Amino acid sequence: MTIGKLMPRGTITLFIQCLVDAVVPEAGEAMVSVLRRLGLELDCPTNQTCCGQPAFNSGYRREARVAARRFIEIFENAETIVSPSGSCVNMVRHHYAELFCDEPRWRERAEAIASRTYEFTEFLVDVLKVEDVGARYNGRITYHDSCHLLRGIRVQEQPRKLLRRVDGAEFVEMKNSDYCCGFGGAFAVKYPEISGAMVNDKVDHIVNARADTVVGCDMGCLLNISGAVSRRGLPIKTMHIAQILANRE
Amino acid sequence: MSDITTERYIPEAKKGIADPVLQKALVFLQDRYGRGAAEAYRRLPEGPELRRTAHAIREKAIENLDVLLETLAAKIRGNGGQVYFAETAQEAVDYCLAVARRNHVHRVVKGKSMVTEEIGLNPALEAAGIEVVETDLGEYIIQLAGETPSHIIAPAIHKTRHEIADLFVQKLGIRRTTDPPELAQAARQALREKFLTADMGTSGCNQACAETGHITTVSNEGNIRMATTLPRVHVAFMGMERIVARLDEYEIILRLMCRGAAAQNIGVYVSYIGGPRRPEDADGPEEFHLVILDNGRRRMLADPQFREMLCCIRCAACLNACPVYGKIGGHAYGFAYSGPVGAVVTPLLTGINRAKHLCLGETLCGACMDNCSVNIDIPRMLLALREKLAYGDAVWQVKPASRAEGLAYRVWSWLIRHRRLYEIGLKIVAGGQKFLPQESGMIRRLPPPMQGWTLSRDLHPLAEESFMEKWRKGI
Repeated sequence: MTIGKLMPRGTITLFIQCLVDAVVPEAGEAMVSVLRRLGLELDCPTNQTCCGQPAFNSGYRREARVAARRFIEIFENAETIVSPSGSCVNMVRHHYAELFCDEPRWRERAEAIASRTYEFTEFLVDVLKVEDVGARYNGRITYHDSCHLLRGIRVQEQPRKLLRRVDGAEFVEMKNSDYCCGFGGAFAVKYPEISGAMVNDKVDHIVNARADTVVGCDMGCLLNISGAVSRRGLPIKTMHIAQILANRE
Repeated sequence: MSDITTERYIPEAKKGIADPVLQKALVFLQDRYGRGAAEAYRRLPEGPELRRTAHAIREKAIENLDVLLETLAAKIRGNGGQVYFAETAQEAVDYCLAVARRNHVHRVVKGKSMVTEEIGLNPALEAAGIEVVETDLGEYIIQLAGETPSHIIAPAIHKTRHEIADLFVQKLGIRRTTDPPELAQAARQALREKFLTADMGTSGCNQACAETGHITTVSNEGNIRMATTLPRVHVAFMGMERIVARLDEYEIILRLMCRGAAAQNIGVYVSYIGGPRRPEDADGPEEFHLVILDNGRRRMLADPQFREMLCCIRCAACLNACPVYGKIGGHAYGFAYSGPVGAVVTPLLTGINRAKHLCLGETLCGACMDNCSVNIDIPRMLLALREKLAYGDAVWQVKPASRAEGLAYRVWSWLIRHRRLYEIGLKIVAGGQKFLPQESGMIRRLPPPMQGWTLSRDLHPLAEESFMEKWRKGI
C-alpha cells in the first residue's frame, strides 16, 4: 500500500460521471474512500454535470461542444483529474480535440486538460504505481472490459492487477470479456432487441464463469448488466471496481 | 443496383436473433475467424503494426486514384484487354449485357464477388435470358435456395448441412446425405458441367496493382480460376478504390487481406490477371474486360470525412469481431455489404436517411477497428454519419432523423449548464420513479420513450441524493 515517488503532490480533482452522480453515488463514494486511504487530498467541483458524451455519441456535436466548453472551464485549474469512468475519460482525451478541430484555442485548452485526466484504475496502477490497496472481498470475481476503456484509452491490465490483489477474492476470466455488453447509450433504448440479446450473452458468460460478482469500470455497462441480471433473477452482484477496492471486510 | 432493404433493419435483426441455427453459426464464426484474425496479425513478422503501414498504402492509393487507374487501364489495354469505367451500377450492368449479347452468351459462371451483388448483375443477366451460375460453394448454395449472402466471405453461414442436404436433393436430384465432403462433391460435379459449357465467366477483383497492370482474385476453392480461364469471355468488376500503386505494396495488402478474411497466411488460389489469353498461354479467355465501378465512390472520395472508407479491402474481419453482427447476422443490413463495413458504406452508397438504422444501430464499441486488416476508423465515420442524421446535411441530402430528439438535446445542453436546475430535474424524476412498477429495488417497466430499456432488463433507480449533494454535505 505504499505509494511510489511518482505520487502527484497537490490535490486530486474528482470528475464524477453523470450516471455515478445521479444513479450510483456509492461508486463515487467508494472511489473517494480508496483515494483517501492512499493519503490523497481530494477536491470536487460540485457544479459539474456531464462531459457531453451522450450528445456526441448521438451526433449532436453542437450540444456536446456546449458541455465540453463548460467542462473545460470547470476543470481547467485542476492539477490532476480522476474519474470512475473509462468512457468519460475517453471522451475528454480523444473526442474533445475532434469537437474543437475548427477552434484551435479551445482545442489547445482541451488537450491540456486531457493530458491531466485519468481513469481511476489507470491512475492507481500507472500513476501511483499501486496494485494492492488493502482491499478485502469475499467472492468469485469476473471482470467485464468496457469498450471505451479497453479500446479507447487502452486500459486492460490495470483493473485486473488491482482485482488479483484483493484479499479473499478469487479472480476468474469469463469468455469474451472484451465483447460489448450492448449498452451503447441510446442504443439500449432504441434497439432493445439487439441490446437485450447482447447483454444476455454477457450474463451467460458471467454465469458460465461461475462468478458471483461481476466488476467493471464504467457505470453505463454496469447498469445494463445489473438490469439483465436482475430481470433473470440471478444471484450475481454487479459492482464498480471502486466498490470492491473500498471494501475491507 | 440490387435490392435495398435497409429500412427493415429492426425486423430482420429480430429474425436473426430468433434463429438458433444462425446464432450457433455466428458464435463459431466469431470464435474462430474473429479471434483468428487478431492472432494472425500478432504472428506477422512485422507485428500487427503492419496494419498501419497498410492503411498508409491504401490512403496513398486513394489520393492518387486517377493516375493509378489510368496506369492500370493503359497496361490492360496494351495487353489486349478492354477497360470500361462505369459511373453507375446500371452502366456496369449494361456494359456486361452488351458484351454478353455480342458474344451470344447463354451461360455465365461467376466467381464470388460482392461488387456484382452491389450492382445486381445476376437478376439483370437472368432477365436477359442468360443462365447465371454462382461457383463459390457458399454462393451456389445461396443461389439454389433463392437467398442473399449473409456474410461477405462466408455467404451461407446461416445454413446447416441438413438444410443443404434437403436443398441438394430437391435441386440437384442427389441421394440424401449430410456428409459435408459428399455434399461438396455433389456441388462440384454439378458445377463442373457448368464450367465446361459456360460462354462467359465473371469475377470481382480483390486488389489491382497499377505497376504490373494486374487484377487479382483470391479463393480457397479454385472456382474463380476456373471461371476466369475456361469460358471464352471474362468480365471482371472492381470498385474504383481497389488498387494500389506498386507490387511491394500490393503484397502487404494481400497478406493482410488473407489474415483478416480467414486467418490464413495466404489464400489457396491467388490469380493475377492482366489481359486475355496470349498466343503462348495454355489457357485463358479470348476476351478480357475490366469494369471499373464508381457508383457513388467518387462522392466518398470528395468528402474528407468519409474518404477513409475507400481504404477498405472487404476482408470482412470487422464482421467477425462485431458484437452486433454477431447477434443479428448479415441480412438485417439490407444490402450487399453487412456488418460494420456495411454500416458505413451502405448509407453512403444508397442514402443516409434510408439506412439510418445501420448508423444508429451500433454500439461504437470499436471492435471493428481493432480487427480491421487495414486499421480503418469505422467508429469515427459512424459518428460522422450520426452528426448528419442529427442536423441534416445539404451535400449528402440528409434530413434530420428526429426533430424531437434534436429538441431534447437542446434542452439537455441548457440544463447541464445550470447545476441547481439540473438537480431539481433529477429530484422530479426520482420522485416520479416511485410510481413505476418495482421489484427488489429495481424498476421493472419504464414509460415511453424509455420503454425499450425494460424490454429485457430492469433499471437501477435514481439515487435519493446525488454524489454532489453528498459531497457538499461532506463525504
